[in-house]
Amino acid sequence: MNSRSARVKLGISYMLLIILSCVSLFPALWIIMSSLKEGNSLYSDTLFPRSFTLEHYRDLFEKTKYPLWFLNTLKVAVLSTLFGTFLLLLTSYAISRFRFAGRKFALNTLLVLQMFPGFMAMIAIYVLLNTMGLLNSHWALILVYSSGAIISNVFVAKGFFDTIPKSLEDAARIDGASHLKVFFSIIIPLAKPMLTYASLMIFNGAFLDFIFADLVLRTEDQRTLAVGLYRMVSQRNSTEFTMFAAGAVLVAVPITMLFLLLQRNLVEGLTAGASKG
Amino acid sequence: MQRKTISTTLSVLFMGLGQLYNRQWMKGILFLATGLAAIYLSSVIGLSTYLKGLITLGEQPSGLVKVGKITKMVEGDHSIFLMIKGLMAALSLFLVGVIYVLNIRDAYKVGKERDAGVAPNNFRQSLQLINQKNFAYLVLALPAVTVLFLTILPLIFSILLAFTNYADPILPPANLIDWVGFSNFVKLVSLKVWSNTFFGVLLWTVIWAILATVTTYIGGILIAVLIQQPRIRFKMFWRTIMIIPFAIPSMISLLVMRNMFNNKFGPVNEIMRWIGFDGIPWLTDPIWARVTLVLVNMWIGIPVTMILAIGVLTTIPRDLYEAADVDGANSFQKFRSITMPMVLFSTAPILIMQFAGNINNFNVVYLMTDGNPVNSNYQYAGHTDLLVTWLYKLALNQSQYSFASVIGIIIFLIIATLSIISYRRTRSYKEEDMIA
Repeated sequence: MNSRSARVKLGISYMLLIILSCVSLFPALWIIMSSLKEGNSLYSDTLFPRSFTLEHYRDLFEKTKYPLWFLNTLKVAVLSTLFGTFLLLLTSYAISRFRFAGRKFALNTLLVLQMFPGFMAMIAIYVLLNTMGLLNSHWALILVYSSGAIISNVFVAKGFFDTIPKSLEDAARIDGASHLKVFFSIIIPLAKPMLTYASLMIFNGAFLDFIFADLVLRTEDQRTLAVGLYRMVSQRNSTEFTMFAAGAVLVAVPITMLFLLLQRNLVEGLTAGASKG
Repeated sequence: MQRKTISTTLSVLFMGLGQLYNRQWMKGILFLATGLAAIYLSSVIGLSTYLKGLITLGEQPSGLVKVGKITKMVEGDHSIFLMIKGLMAALSLFLVGVIYVLNIRDAYKVGKERDAGVAPNNFRQSLQLINQKNFAYLVLALPAVTVLFLTILPLIFSILLAFTNYADPILPPANLIDWVGFSNFVKLVSLKVWSNTFFGVLLWTVIWAILATVTTYIGGILIAVLIQQPRIRFKMFWRTIMIIPFAIPSMISLLVMRNMFNNKFGPVNEIMRWIGFDGIPWLTDPIWARVTLVLVNMWIGIPVTMILAIGVLTTIPRDLYEAADVDGANSFQKFRSITMPMVLFSTAPILIMQFAGNINNFNVVYLMTDGNPVNSNYQYAGHTDLLVTWLYKLALNQSQYSFASVIGIIIFLIIATLSIISYRRTRSYKEEDMIA
């Protein structure tokens, strides 16, 4: 009797898991199928199209500036990640390791800056760039993303550095290593999991930002993928839905792969971020 | 007279003099040069006109002016330019002020040392000292400058806008902007057109944040418990499937969802009809649009809580459950008295932060509904608009910059209150001198 009710319970659990898996996977499956079906409409009477075609992917490369957008995005995202991670590393390391006058003030300032809605500063920068006629430059994006990277990740990174025992550095310093030497040969190797997490977050943010990028980038040649894709949906009003689907799949696949590959780092980063603020 | 008094007085009189008196030639010359450069630049560029511009925001608008018999276009003052330049000037003045104070402090310290009979450091020793003792400042200099100009300056500018009348139809260069004090804040709560929208949107923002946080939190914990049951096999597999919504960029999945919930052609209604229900107006009915947002947010937000909850679940000692089994507890009782308290205890701090995050959850609303369906009683806002999306619309579609800034400040106040409650308790913020 007891074992039977346990088996029923297990059965229900598996059934729930299967239903939840369907819900979890359905949007991805649907968009992939949509990108492969013929025609350009949203509607289809079956989930799996009757005939498959790669035409929309070809159109994407031939009729839109997709390859160019992709290069733009890669440039912006990679450079932002490099600068952002570098700045983040400097800031969080210094704040975690040194007790200097004004440290508390710096911590509080960062805390306060975090609390403003992110694009309040963005809108201001847009107004500034607009009045100065400096719109449409990728460097504006890169600089703003890098600076934002400090603000949004500094507490996670600092919390991580706090957990590295100071005795390691002290030992190296007694052996005559300079600050820089300690930083590069002890701290950076130890900080790899956190660096992976933070740089993935920065890359992801820069790769997919469509708000600020849409404000700053004015010509089609300068656009990034996220902006191009967003425009494709909002302007053409879903009339080229299948082409949008193809574009969405191409953007999502690399990022999704990256996330799944680095799953362990992500989980660690998320947990650290949650418990340490 | 004591040397510290003399050197301090000299440094107060002009940067670097005290250092020269202390026979620290190189340092003195550097300070002296900085001070002279600051004075030279401010007189050449005209620091005072900039600061004056920040106060008046311009006196002469651009426009047609009659000169004798001909009217011609006269370029007047551009209030926004004046404001930016004034801000930059004020910021530089502040930086020079900091250097000035440092110079006085240094002169006093070295003078005191000389009084005590200690020889002052030469320049090389000073540099070495900086590298050793003040390494932190060296490292922080670059990030500090970046944040100062790319985040703090724009934010101050944005905050200042809240106290001006920079809103359509008063737009430079055709018009001049004026300082108006708190009148935008007063208008927002007392003027019927604005207050209606403001309180309506605020109420929905709070309801949304509560619903979005609670649903994802409970959902995430339940799924974690489901997967972590001892008898479930292939845990890793189920977990990976459940993480997929988190791995897909939310911007993409939201745009996809918007089409999925399309009333006429979307697959969701298609499935509903196939089962035998009528299609639901997911995105066009005010109430259903809100329900859709909460549902979609669950799909996106549950994986994060699930990841965190699984982390906690693996740390709960097995023997607690075994003891409960011996006492004859059923699974619900075990969940209520062991699992839930343990998970709650270690994830409670993030609950507040998730709540704050949901108040600012721009992407879900903007990409799913864009604030629609339109509410005719609202000023530039729809039924599902949150404060953030309203802010965005006000600034970028309606050029109501001053009101957008007011909303921004109000959001800041809400988030700040919440953060103060939660952050002060976290380990990272507390003085954590455990890195002995």
